[in-house]
Amino acid sequence: MTKIAIEIVVNGEPRYCSVEARMTFADCLRHELGLTGTHLGCEHGVCGACTVLVDGASVRSCLMLAVQADKADVRTIEGVADKDGRLHPLQEAFRRNHGLQCGYCTPGMIMTLLEFLAENPAPTEAQVRDAISGNICRCTGYQRIVAAALDAAEELRAAGSAQPVDTPAAKRVGVSA
Amino acid sequence: MNADAVSHASVIGAAIPRIEDGALLVGKGHYIDDIPMPGVLHVAVVRSTVAHALIRRIDTEAARLVAGVHAILTIEELLPALADGRMPLGGGTSDKRDINTPFVLAKGEVAYVGEAVAIVVAEGRYIAEDAAARVEIDYDLLDVVHDAREALLPDSPKVRRELASNVLNTFNVGYGDVAAAFAAAAHVVRDELWQHRGCGQSIEGRGVLAEPRPADGGLCVWSSTQMPNALFNMLAQMLGMDDTRLRVITPDVGGGFGPKYCIYPEEIAVAAAARLLSRPLKWIEDRRETFISSVQERDQYWTVEVAVDAEARILGIRGRLLHDQGAYAPKPVNLPYNSATAMTGPYIVPAYAMEVVIALTNKVPVSSVRGAGYPQAAFAMERMMDLVASQLGLDRAEVRRRNLIPPSKMPYAKPMKARSGAGMVYDSGDYPASQAEVLAAAGWNDFPARKAKALEQGRYIGIGMANAVKGTGRGPFESGTVNVSASGQVSVFTGAAAMGQGLATALAQICGSELGVAPEQIHVIAGDTATSPLGLGGFASRQLVTAGSSVHLAAKAVASKAKRLAAHIMEVDEDQLELNDGRVRVRGGNNSVSLGELARILRGAPGYGFPGDIEPGLSSAQYWRTDALAYANACHVVEVAVDIEVCDVTIERYVAIHDSGRLVNPMIVDGQITGGIVHGIGNALYELMGYDDTAQPITTTLAEYLLPTATEVPHIETLYRETVSPANPLGVKGVGEAGTIPAAAAIISAIEDALSPFSIRISNTPLTPEMLFDTIAAARSRGLSASP
Repeated sequence: MTKIAIEIVVNGEPRYCSVEARMTFADCLRHELGLTGTHLGCEHGVCGACTVLVDGASVRSCLMLAVQADKADVRTIEGVADKDGRLHPLQEAFRRNHGLQCGYCTPGMIMTLLEFLAENPAPTEAQVRDAISGNICRCTGYQRIVAAALDAAEELRAAGSAQPVDTPAAKRVGVSA
Repeated sequence: MNADAVSHASVIGAAIPRIEDGALLVGKGHYIDDIPMPGVLHVAVVRSTVAHALIRRIDTEAARLVAGVHAILTIEELLPALADGRMPLGGGTSDKRDINTPFVLAKGEVAYVGEAVAIVVAEGRYIAEDAAARVEIDYDLLDVVHDAREALLPDSPKVRRELASNVLNTFNVGYGDVAAAFAAAAHVVRDELWQHRGCGQSIEGRGVLAEPRPADGGLCVWSSTQMPNALFNMLAQMLGMDDTRLRVITPDVGGGFGPKYCIYPEEIAVAAAARLLSRPLKWIEDRRETFISSVQERDQYWTVEVAVDAEARILGIRGRLLHDQGAYAPKPVNLPYNSATAMTGPYIVPAYAMEVVIALTNKVPVSSVRGAGYPQAAFAMERMMDLVASQLGLDRAEVRRRNLIPPSKMPYAKPMKARSGAGMVYDSGDYPASQAEVLAAAGWNDFPARKAKALEQGRYIGIGMANAVKGTGRGPFESGTVNVSASGQVSVFTGAAAMGQGLATALAQICGSELGVAPEQIHVIAGDTATSPLGLGGFASRQLVTAGSSVHLAAKAVASKAKRLAAHIMEVDEDQLELNDGRVRVRGGNNSVSLGELARILRGAPGYGFPGDIEPGLSSAQYWRTDALAYANACHVVEVAVDIEVCDVTIERYVAIHDSGRLVNPMIVDGQITGGIVHGIGNALYELMGYDDTAQPITTTLAEYLLPTATEVPHIETLYRETVSPANPLGVKGVGEAGTIPAAAAIISAIEDALSPFSIRISNTPLTPEMLFDTIAAARSRGLSASP
């Protein structure tokens, strides 16, 4: 089958690959680029496990074709902690609040919440629940994910502008978080 | 954590963050589909599209022509690599197979939509699926059994042609003189209940990766399973291979919830095909396959009568339980036995008789989903307690209080047997105190006034409650090995299977508390048959109790050995020594020796001397044995608001108390309980695995089968009591399923209370908006007004 060359900036790094037109972006990330942190739960756009940020906006990578990501600036879970491995405050908050059990939905939850907290740095509990209502978690009952999001929001507010929540990945390279 | 601060008191009982989390938070977990495997080929499964048919012909010619296809295998092609085309009964004490175990691939007949018929092996998954769509199967349709009640009718078709009857088994559970109890009763209440549990729906589906190792004829199999050792045993038998060349590993598992407790045909077929083709093969279940091939816990139909005296004290219970088993029984059918033996729950029931009938249907096979028969038992019992209360005009909590087993009667023997054959002995707990505490926290006594006020404003609010008891820590044992290597690295090996519960952290806390080592410095290797050849795995809320106890004993043995050797080296008495910070120290002095140095001595050196009467190796393997269970208890109180026009139910408040024995990590416990409750909310209101009259599944996406999302779920308030269990060395009880068990009963109780102006009785779960609408409409047509 014909392959199409695409070029994507992923977590600040330019990446090149050659994919069939029908390949989903999720499969491209996972199997062509080796970024297996993005998970597939349903492959029909309901569970949200495969959520990544494309040009700063959350996207279900199972419902997007890889060729549609050509020239896009993409951020995945692998690009959330800083380069020397220090966790992002949202990741720290998940850990502190036990916001994950099996961890399978976690990358999608974090990518969804990164976008949300950038738009709404001081959310209410109800707003957080609404924000993650498109991400299914079977383990936690959501309670500790919600707690983590509220905790992270507070941390990020306290840190002020020194801690950009959701700068698109390419621009974020070189920024000391 | 400051390693100096590590002590028994600080580590067990501490709500420390999990040691698992670091990798999972940054996308570095290793789930089954993340394992790099050069040269791997991909498998797609061709499944039956009809619920019951003869297979006249399988035409694979068009499929074979798809570029990139390596093989298409039906049972005929796979048989040379198999001891038998039929799976042995999983999880039993023998390898026997019978006419109810599934086939590795269908053999001439299919008995449910989703049954595996052939596998396609190709360069990539997309190609494999292209080819699978081109496999043509000619079916001769046969009559279908789509309902367990119809399966029992004399003229019912048979689920499979090999069956003489659709009844898989019948048995009776009970004790005491039930007839006399009913004869003496002041009141008898009766009801019929229908219950449905749905699917496990871990967000990661099942999956298997098999790597043949041609150099030595070996095979390494990774599977997203709760049962690595059971899979090892079944593979060894089914592949007829030298089991010293076989290894099964569980990678990170993205949730279990019961369905991964079974060993599946795909795990055998993929491993056999990998050996036939001498290539690594991988199959990853997609979500549609979850709905049509992973076990479900489906329908139970209960008919129950309860006899009480004039004071609402239970005299006896009798009834019949019909259990829908689906098309096959991959394991011994334990669920209805769990249900029947668990029904009397936390109450004193002097006489009990439950007739159990297990019927086969042309649907996906049934085995456990979180709770495993217990939620149905709690639902049946708790709904009957509400019925007693309403018929006698008593408060629902008061009726329960009068019947709860008091703490003075602990340990309390129910005159029934657990699966192990041991008596059912409730080891500990104070059920009346649990109930009283949660009722007070939830404002139970104030509720009628609030309800009346809401009703004046046209709002229908209700409160409900349910108690539960869960036997946890099923034996006979779980392995736990603690080893200190010469580098000083402390490792724990166990046959228990991690699937997201925080097992590694809990075991590291238990081990670390004995050795004076911080939990995050301990490696926990769970579910690898090369390092834990003996093990049972993850089921029945058992792993903290069983693996925890073994690790506790192993760590104690290692600590004792380390002290003995250190005393010998440092020429001091053992009782002067303590372990902390990875060293054995003389209490109050500077002299110390590291665990690593002790391990180096105990690994020996060629031909050199060896200390005294100490066994080689700074390690200990323990298999703490148990047949008894540690019984956890819970009481949940729920407030709901029902919109009677659109029949939407909002859970406005949820307060739960759990007595789960000693808590090793309260944060992990709370995560388990809360997650379990939300599973129960799904069971109560949303989750229905639907089939039409031809047994075609009609909910095969997560848009049709509804899981609770964050906006349906309230903030859940949890309370804990810690009655130390005398049933194990740690004093713990399991927590994986307890949250789920009373949830649906409490929620339905609250909805019924909210709708009390309509005099509605609700005897089923799930209660979907459509069902609620029909129920309210029927009440209205009976002329019952909606006014208070």
